This record gives sequence, structure tokens and C-alpha cells, in this order.
Amino acid sequence: MNSSAASYKITQSGRTISFRAIGGWTRDNAGALDTCLKEDLDALDYDLVEYNFSEVESLDTVGAFLFARAIRIGPGQRHNWSVSDGTEGQKTLMQAAADAVLGQPPTVTRPWYDALSRVGLATERFFIECVETLDFVGRFFVVIFKLLLTPTKIRWKSVVALIEEIGFNAVPIVMLLSFFIGAVIAYMGANLLATFGATVFMVDLVGVAVLRELAPIITAILLAGRSDSAFTAQIGAMKMRQEIDAMTVIGLDTFEVLVVPRALAALVSAPILTFLAMLSGIFGGMLVAWLGSADLSPILFVTRLQSSVGTIHLWVGLVKTPFFALIIAIIGCRQGLAVTGSVESLGTRTTTSVVQAIFAVIAVDAIFAILFFQIGV
Amino acid sequence: MPVDKTKPPLEARGIRSQFGSNVIHENLNFTVRRGEIVGLVGGSGAGKSVLMNTLLGLKEPEAGVIQYFGQNRRNLSKVERREINNEMGVLFQGGALFSSMTVRQNIMVPLREHTDLPVKLMRELADMKIHMVGLSSEAATLYPSDLSGGMKKRAGLARSLALDPEILFLDEPTAGLDPIGANAFDELILGLREAMNFTVLMVTHDLDSLYAICDRVAVLVDKHIAIADTLPKVLEYDHPWVKEYFGGPRSRAAMSAGLKA
Repeated sequence: MNSSAASYKITQSGRTISFRAIGGWTRDNAGALDTCLKEDLDALDYDLVEYNFSEVESLDTVGAFLFARAIRIGPGQRHNWSVSDGTEGQKTLMQAAADAVLGQPPTVTRPWYDALSRVGLATERFFIECVETLDFVGRFFVVIFKLLLTPTKIRWKSVVALIEEIGFNAVPIVMLLSFFIGAVIAYMGANLLATFGATVFMVDLVGVAVLRELAPIITAILLAGRSDSAFTAQIGAMKMRQEIDAMTVIGLDTFEVLVVPRALAALVSAPILTFLAMLSGIFGGMLVAWLGSADLSPILFVTRLQSSVGTIHLWVGLVKTPFFALIIAIIGCRQGLAVTGSVESLGTRTTTSVVQAIFAVIAVDAIFAILFFQIGV
Repeated sequence: MPVDKTKPPLEARGIRSQFGSNVIHENLNFTVRRGEIVGLVGGSGAGKSVLMNTLLGLKEPEAGVIQYFGQNRRNLSKVERREINNEMGVLFQGGALFSSMTVRQNIMVPLREHTDLPVKLMRELADMKIHMVGLSSEAATLYPSDLSGGMKKRAGLARSLALDPEILFLDEPTAGLDPIGANAFDELILGLREAMNFTVLMVTHDLDSLYAICDRVAVLVDKHIAIADTLPKVLEYDHPWVKEYFGGPRSRAAMSAGLKA
């Protein structure tokens, strides 16, 4: 790389300046030249520039661009110029630099009402998002009822493959997490209840908490993090590579092929996963009750569980899971189909998808809690 | 260590590339001379992309030597290697623009990484490159997803030219362009070579490009470069694949067009 020093001499005669460049006008020297050249040129008043390149050792586009500073006076306006003693290549490069039209740098103007308008835009986006999600839900139910009338058209193979992916493969992590949660609840209950001398009630606490709320919610959140994001990313990548367009043209319904199998797989997997989460959560609680300070034997734990925690809690927990499953599958698929061409949109859509799914799961769970409280179960 | 620009910028000697037991290149010799435009042709699966990746340094050959400006690639230090890398520009087939950045930001990436110019100057230089590749100045603030295929190629070319490379690698530069766009792109390469004085190695199947702008044509067949010479000599070369490639109706049409021009 040529890095011999670069310099220049400007002499003025009348309205003409002659610009004699010396040395290597390359990008290595450009930073320093740029500032002083600009100052020198601003101080002069002239109409014609004569370049002399006889002492230029090397010239690249950066150098040529700096030369061209002398003749550029405004957007689209130039001084006249000529080159003496340069090679053909240098002249062509100089011509290219002189001709270059600079784009306007993006203007960032922030009016005082910027914050307000952003709030407005966000609100608008929120409502559009709501409407589009509802629209998607509507289309989903139309398609799924149609398919239920002709069940042979359902793609059972991909349903089964997806059940393995989102259900079976998620069993270890769901059970492990639920085990920990059950154990934590048991510990907290044991400590708190011991102050009243009512340690045995920790069985009720673990049973009710895990069966009614924790197992379904943990499973749903894990599904949202694990499968919902995968749905969005898979479908989004297909959208980016025009696979979705290809499907539509071939005559495949994207809902039938992509959305319904995922929803059915989630519908099957979620209750099973939740049930397993319940088992392992209660097992975690039982282990803590037995080995911890409470010293409740497993037999006592199970007897107490049977007598005081009714099966109604199990059903309350399980009845919510299909709703969670549908929410997760629908949001995941919808966000995936909303991906546009850029990689960035894939990223934002995946984030949105997980956030929306977790939000919706917890919101729906709250609605269920109120509902069950009102009807007294 | 300054780069000796009088030596051939790119030279491959005795290259062998293989994947497992599948040999792609065997004893391949190839030299690109300074300032010329070399077209690389070969059938699908002949290993053009592998050769390109090998020459670029994305892949190490199983045997043989790659030389940049007369220096063995393996003996280069990290700093020297980076300096030489800065002398190489690549236009990937789809442009390979970073999709999260505007065209201007894309062109500024190499400048930001390898120079310490003021940001304002970088921006102006990027705009100059945008102008040089024939894009309108409005394109500077567009994102790659807003560009047409031809514009993407031009923007990719502008990025590959950001550091004024000595060697320019073009991977199917005119594939997917309409004939007018393809011609314009060929003209653009010629014009830019005149201004920036670089060496071009282009992988292409565009017979029009081969006739119109290539100084030499290298034919990759039977795992090695069978011939690398001016087009008339390549046309006379006696090899069934070469005869078929250049003797077909498409080639004859392109030849008559090239001769007229």
C-alpha cells in the first residue's frame, strides 16, 4: 500500500487557481488532507481550476474525490476545470469524481410533537395488530371447520411430526422446570406454614398451586418460548424465500398446509405436557416435604392430597390448556406470515410473536381465574 | 510491506481441491495478469464456485499454492493478509448486501472497518461510489429489500469498490438481468476499469459478456483450466465440451453480435 505523504500547492492568478498535487493521494492520507484542503478552498474565490497531476504518485477514488472538492460549489453546480499532465486513467477517475452527484444525507427532524405522534402511531399499530390477529383467528376457524368436515384433507403426517417436535421433545424441559417450581412452592409453604404449626397444609398449597395455575402456565410459557418462536422463524424464512408464494401459486392453501397442522399439534401436545408438568411439580413438592424440615412422608402426602385437593383442580388446570395451545400456534403462525423481505423483519416478528404469545397466555389465564372464581370452582 | 503491483495479482499453481474422495480440481494452474478482464467458464458442477472461493481465501486447497502479487498466501502474516484482502473486492451473485443497512451504510462498512476517515467524508465517498455504479442519488438511503435485482448488483458492486480494490471478483454479474441491464453492466465494468485500473475475474455464463468485455477466457473442464487465452484461440481449442459450449446457437448469435459491435 502506498502511503508516501501527500501535499498540494494552490496558486491563484486572476479568477483561475492552479492546483498542483504532490505525492500519494490515497485513502491513507485522506483524513488529514480533507480538513485543511476544505479550509484553504473556502478562503479562495475563483471560477476555473487547473489541475496539475505531474507529481502525483498514486491516485484512488478518495484522492479524486478530494480534488473534486475544489470544483464543487453546490448541488449540481460546478466550476470549470482542466487537467494537465495526468494519465488517461487519472483523468477518467477525475471526471467520475467531478460528475458524482451526492445524495442528501437523511435529515432527522424531530418536531416538538414527535413524542405525541409516536404514541399515536403506536396506538394505531396496536389496533391494526388486534384487527389483523382477529381476522387471522376468523380465517383459521373457517379453515379448521371446513377441514373437520373432510378430515382426510388434514395433513396428518405433518401433524404427527410436529407433535414430536413441539410435544415429545419438550417433555424433559417442561418436567424439569415444573419439578423445580413445585419444590420452590413446597419450601416456601413449609417455612410459612410452620409458623402456624400447620405444616401439613403445604400439601394443599402445592397441590392447588401446581394443578390450577403453575403447571398450565409454565407449560404455556415454555411452548411460547420454544415452539411459537420456531413457528414464526420457520414460516418467516419460508416467506422470505418466496416458498409461501410458490405454495399459493401451486394451489396449496397456506392455512391448510402450515397453520392447521401446527395448531392441531399444539392442541394435542399442550394438555399432555401440562399433565406431565403437574405430575413432576407435585413430585417435586412431595420430595421437599419428605426430605425437608416438614418431614411429611410420601404416603401421608398422597393421602392428604387425595382427601383435600379435589380432582376439580386438575380439570380447572387442564381445561385452559387447549386455549393456550391455540393462542400460541395462531400467534406464531400469524407473525411468521407477516414477515416481509428483510432479515430485520424476521427478527422483530419473532420477538413480537413470543411477547404477544406470553402476554396473551397470561391475560387469558387471568380471565379464566375470574371466570372460575365467579362460578365458584 | 507494500504490495508489489507489478507482479500478477492472482496466481494458482498445482491446486487440488477435494471433498472427501470427490476430487474437484487436480493440478490446476491459473494466472490472472494485471489489468485484464478474465472470464471463467465451465459446466455446472465443474467447480467454478469452489475455485472462486479458493482464490478468495474462503477455502484452503488440499494441495498447491495460491499467490497474490507474487507472494504465497500461506506465508503471509495476519497484517499482510488483511492488507491484501483490502485489495480484493467481491460481488456475490445476489449482491449479498446487509439487509439491515441502507445502501450508503453498506458501502461505508469496509471504509469504517479499514480506514479512519471522518464519517462525513466516508458518507460522501459512498455517495460517489453510488454515482459511479450508475445508481441515482436517492438510492443511497434505500434498504436492499427496496431495490430491484439490477440495482442490488450495482449496489453490491459499489460496496466491493469501496476500498479501490486491485482485483475484482464477479460471480455471475449479469445473471438475472435483462439484456439491456446486462449490457449496461458490462459497459459499467469497462468504464470503471478505465477509471480505477483494476483486474477482473468474472465467473459468467453470459456469452455476450464473454464476447464484449473479456480480454481472456479461462475454461474450467476436466478438473483443471484447460485453456486460458483470448477468445479466438479458445474457440479453436480442440475439446468436445469447449466445442459444444462455443459452437451452440446461442454462442453463434452472441459472436455475430459481438463482431458487429
